[in-house]
Amino acid sequence: MAPPRNRRPGFSRKAQLQIFTGYLLAFTGAFAGLLLLALSYFDPAAFSAVRSMTAEVTAPPARLLTGIRVSTQSGWREVSAYFEAGSKNAKLQREVERNRVRMIEARALRQENRELRRLLGLIKQEGRPVATARLINSSASSSRRYATIDVGSRQGVQRSQPVRAQRGLVGRVLETGPNTSRVLLLSDTENVVPVRRARDGVVAFSQGRGDGRVDIKLIDIGVNPFKVGDVMVTSGNGGIYPPNVPVAIIERLTSDGAIGKLLANPAGTDFVIVQEMYEPELVAPEPSELPPVSSMPAAPLPAAPSQPVPAIGAPQP
Amino acid sequence: MKAPYRARLNREASPLRRASIPIATVLAGSMTPLLPLVASAPVLPPFGLMVLISWQILRPGLWPVWVGVPFGVFDDIVGGQPVGSAVLLWSIILIAINLIDQRYIWRNYWQDWFIAAVSIIVALAGGLAINNFLVSDIHLSVLYPQMILAIFTFPLVLRLVARLDHVRLKR
Repeated sequence: MAPPRNRRPGFSRKAQLQIFTGYLLAFTGAFAGLLLLALSYFDPAAFSAVRSMTAEVTAPPARLLTGIRVSTQSGWREVSAYFEAGSKNAKLQREVERNRVRMIEARALRQENRELRRLLGLIKQEGRPVATARLINSSASSSRRYATIDVGSRQGVQRSQPVRAQRGLVGRVLETGPNTSRVLLLSDTENVVPVRRARDGVVAFSQGRGDGRVDIKLIDIGVNPFKVGDVMVTSGNGGIYPPNVPVAIIERLTSDGAIGKLLANPAGTDFVIVQEMYEPELVAPEPSELPPVSSMPAAPLPAAPSQPVPAIGAPQP
Repeated sequence: MKAPYRARLNREASPLRRASIPIATVLAGSMTPLLPLVASAPVLPPFGLMVLISWQILRPGLWPVWVGVPFGVFDDIVGGQPVGSAVLLWSIILIAINLIDQRYIWRNYWQDWFIAAVSIIVALAGGLAINNFLVSDIHLSVLYPQMILAIFTFPLVLRLVARLDHVRLKR
């Protein structure tokens, strides 16, 4: 390779000074980067306005490209479905028979569950859907795991609302712009979700590992009760995430818990649903010495949903 | 002389094209995370940095040394790293490449590739270290696929930039 032309700019003092100033500015720039990092550290939302503006500007082409990608994928799926139509049909029919029986059982269980909840005086607040959205892009080159969805505050999306796909939880809303929002995915290391084992309710929490999997950490330290293939669902403790949303399936055991694979792979989901933030509400059990306030034991709360009625002896959310 | 030849003789390349193509390519490289690719692990190579290194290797002195600062700000805003991380890392990398340029003038292709590979590893591992300092701990092993992919796509990026350099200087 030929030596660069401006390596040594002769005896011109001005040119020499220019190079010196360049280095000086570069070092100053590196230092300014450090200062910006300090600012991001102390105020993580410092640059959210600039970020959401960029997302707003780039959202329309990204949305178009996502549409093309999704329609290509689904078109291909439809074509490939024809090749195994016969055997798949027979298999599906067997599955339908099996599932019909299970559904009747499940219906009975749901009824029983409702009765028991009414007895306990616990009202389950389902996270109502706020908006349906598409994941339009993600921070694919960074070690943090964010994704952008194409709905924002104009569609009613607010900070820390849970985002789920049909198969399971995806993450929660971190920043909102007018028409786009940034979602902190479950596999990000900052995202900690209280979970329990779907089978028997062993309590744990899941923390992202940054590579599409999560660490399932036990709260009780003791004998590791997990087995490969266990499904973890959200427990609803602490709010934000509604209970019983599937999170992960256990892939490998570790010394203090397990490593789980996410059930809702963000790369494979077409649509996601933004839900209302889950706020566990408890109805105060009626004191026996006082006359009953209302005849319905499980009446919905008259108070605003933001102010849960403090229950005596009940665990606080 | 015939007219088609006269149009190409004694001409300078358009100054606008000469200045804008390198800038536009680096910005476009930084904007690759905006593609509709929803990844659950870091896989996409840092194309902005790779294009910047390619220009620096092909045309030393095209930009002053401090050019990592504005490009870094843009990359941080678009890419999802905490703002300031690329500003810091890219500045350090550019200063290092400039110093290497002054010291080791006659280099071959493999040495250039080695310099680029080390820069990419420094940038990715540095970004991870900054995230770890700000939030929590991620293992470096998460980055291995991205590093390998980036190092092996670098020659392609270099080729592409060389081709664009021809377009840039076309008269």
